[in-house]
Amino acid sequence: MSKKSQKFDSDPNTTGHEWDGIEEFDNPMPRWWLWTFYLTIIWGIGYTIAYPAWPMINSATAGVLGWSTRADVAAEIAAVDEANAPVNAKLVETELTEISADADLNSYAVSAGSAVFKTWCAQCHGSGAAGAKGYPNLLDDDWLWGGSVEDIHATVAHGIRNEDSDEARYSEMPAFGRDELLEAEEIDQVVNFVMSLSGEAQDASKVEAGAVLFEDNCSSCHMEDGTGDRAQGAPNLADAIWLYGGDYAALTETVTNSRYGVMPAWNTRLSEAEIRAVSAYVHQLGGGE
Amino acid sequence: MSNYIKLIALGLVTLFAMMGINFARDLAYQVHAIIVMLVAGGLFLYTLRRTDEPALAAGGLEHEYFDSVVRAGVIATAFWGVVGFLAGTFIAFQLAFPVLNFDWAQGFANFGRLRPLHTSAVIFAFGGNALLATSFYVVQRTSAARLWGGNLAWFVFWGYQLFIVLAATGYLLGGTQSKEYAEPEWYVDLWLTIVWVAYLAVFLGTLIKRKEPHIYVANWFYLAFIVTVAMLHVVNNLTIPVSIWGSKSVIVWPGVQDAMVQWWYGHNAVGFFLTAGFLGMMYYFIPKQAERPVFSYKLSIIHFWALIFIYIWAGPHHLHYTALPDWASTLGMVFSIVLWMPSWGGMINGLMTLSGAWDKLRTDPVIRMMVISVGFYGMSTFEGPMMSIRAVNSLSHYTDWTIGHVHSGALGWNGMITFGALYFLVPVLWKRERLYSLQMVSWHFWLATIGIVLYAASMWVTGIMEGLMWREVDANGFLVNSFADTVAAKLPMYVVRGLGGVLYVTGAVIMCYNLWMTVRRAPAKEASLSVSVPAE
Repeated sequence: MSKKSQKFDSDPNTTGHEWDGIEEFDNPMPRWWLWTFYLTIIWGIGYTIAYPAWPMINSATAGVLGWSTRADVAAEIAAVDEANAPVNAKLVETELTEISADADLNSYAVSAGSAVFKTWCAQCHGSGAAGAKGYPNLLDDDWLWGGSVEDIHATVAHGIRNEDSDEARYSEMPAFGRDELLEAEEIDQVVNFVMSLSGEAQDASKVEAGAVLFEDNCSSCHMEDGTGDRAQGAPNLADAIWLYGGDYAALTETVTNSRYGVMPAWNTRLSEAEIRAVSAYVHQLGGGE
Repeated sequence: MSNYIKLIALGLVTLFAMMGINFARDLAYQVHAIIVMLVAGGLFLYTLRRTDEPALAAGGLEHEYFDSVVRAGVIATAFWGVVGFLAGTFIAFQLAFPVLNFDWAQGFANFGRLRPLHTSAVIFAFGGNALLATSFYVVQRTSAARLWGGNLAWFVFWGYQLFIVLAATGYLLGGTQSKEYAEPEWYVDLWLTIVWVAYLAVFLGTLIKRKEPHIYVANWFYLAFIVTVAMLHVVNNLTIPVSIWGSKSVIVWPGVQDAMVQWWYGHNAVGFFLTAGFLGMMYYFIPKQAERPVFSYKLSIIHFWALIFIYIWAGPHHLHYTALPDWASTLGMVFSIVLWMPSWGGMINGLMTLSGAWDKLRTDPVIRMMVISVGFYGMSTFEGPMMSIRAVNSLSHYTDWTIGHVHSGALGWNGMITFGALYFLVPVLWKRERLYSLQMVSWHFWLATIGIVLYAASMWVTGIMEGLMWREVDANGFLVNSFADTVAAKLPMYVVRGLGGVLYVTGAVIMCYNLWMTVRRAPAKEASLSVSVPAE
């Protein structure tokens, strides 16, 4: 009926059963297989004696080695903290502006700051700190709130426009369009004027009308020449660097609805040494003042 | 009489589904209600039209094997296989090139929605249908008995397809309980439970009425698979629906217990679905194709019991260095390592069955496929215990190494043994002398093998690189790399992985063509194989 297995004279005996032509040899289990199996079992018993393993009624056996993942990681962290404690103390005591003068301290601050940056800051500012739309580039020398190491420290510690810190940097640009402070035509004119500041204007008559509107509505923060004011976080509009885009559509959106970039206050999550370290790190990226 | 009960039940289901469409609280539920209404309504009309027709004489078919459902299962396996492989290849490229997460497809075809579609399509649709089809075939042949329960086997088959469609559409529409490999929501879980109990009944019923004195080893594995998956599925999916009109439900297990139950399920989905079930396939198709007796009965019985006893404890190794208590993590690791030899028992029995028939590797690409699948099985079941060691796991966990490990098992072991079984089954089921083209089988073999090698090798490289980058610290103990640095570094390996997928899909498409042409063109076989007579 069904095709049977081929067999040779040298074959061992079968068990005598057959299903749909399939038979089974009566071979013993390979010795190496069996002994390896036994060995893993013996090793397993030993391992469960050495390490926490068997659940009892209220707790589990702790293992004769007294090992635990949590104790292990706590010890590792404590060891690093202890090793770095003197230099962290020095970092906190040293004047921010003096850190870069001390080569050892500076090198420590930069490597610590780099780690902090990659963990907490890279999500918005990018792992290379080049930023993205809405998140400032920290490599250039264009700063919204100041690029000295003290300014950077204040920004990191308290953040921008957040509700966590009373000392957060704060300013708010009016939504000129949404709140009907300017007509659509006027926004069109002022946008043309702003574009002319960085040399990308299109319509001379609009620029002229826009200049007047700018003087009346914008210059108190962005200054008459459009170079901005760091005390208010008002960006320089006369250069070619744009946080939200410098083309007509992006600027119209900014003037119409305003922007409201937020940065968290890090002094609730990072230690003072870490904040100083990341400030030193950002300061030495290229644009520090 | 039974027709009236059926009509009433189908009518009620249709009515309830209509109410579901009306009251649905979310899109996934609403679409599912439409699907259920159409299926139940269609069956209602179909049953109604046939109510007065004389029933077919029952028992007339009793001495013939029930192969039509196996044929349907073979077609479904090939179909879902290609769907699942395509989805996998696409999401591999989505990871390499995020722009493939098209804006217009956000919320439907982005990586997050397609990933469970891929995993469920390959594991449950492709693998599940392969297990259904082969278990129905093997249990009949090795019991010399027709499937028990008449059309219940058809209910299992179509019920399972409905489960697949509900699961897949649910993922795309956002209906998920967020448990890996157990994503379908509560009503889909309930439906699968019903189907699964019917599956168990058909399988057990056939075993009980067998004409052979002993139960063949393949059937032990199939039965272990069916019973254990039922238990895992029910316990891991114990949820309370938020509303009877919505897909959302809340799992009953809290916190770390939920994590533990999930990975008890997840690991044993691998252990019993993808290992025990497929070992059942291996134990039938390898001796059949090699035409040699199984190497060792003693080994099969010892490794079977060792495997099913030990596998069930290995789950906690998925949760090393988490909120899981250390003792549970230790036990998971120890059982995983003790599991090494029981797993290899299956490999030894598979490979050694070929002793005396090794020359067939040169001439028969189908046996070559089966042998390499057992080879990949051996490799993954060594790699798995190794990765469960805490020290290794601290490097490998959360990296692509895990993904590579899973795929060398899934593509190599599950995929290849299934392809081998399909190449064996199609000529038998459609009564053909032989396959349409062995040359194409050879092509499939090499494309799939090279595809797997590209996949596994690229994932080893990128996984270990990623793990090393994550833990890299400078002299002061500070981390050197950001997460985004590791993502950027992986790009070349992601492309290689995607190409591996392309090769694997191509092989599967060639197989489908070959099987199709076997049915259409290969010379027919005269003698019938479908009468159930005990072997001896």
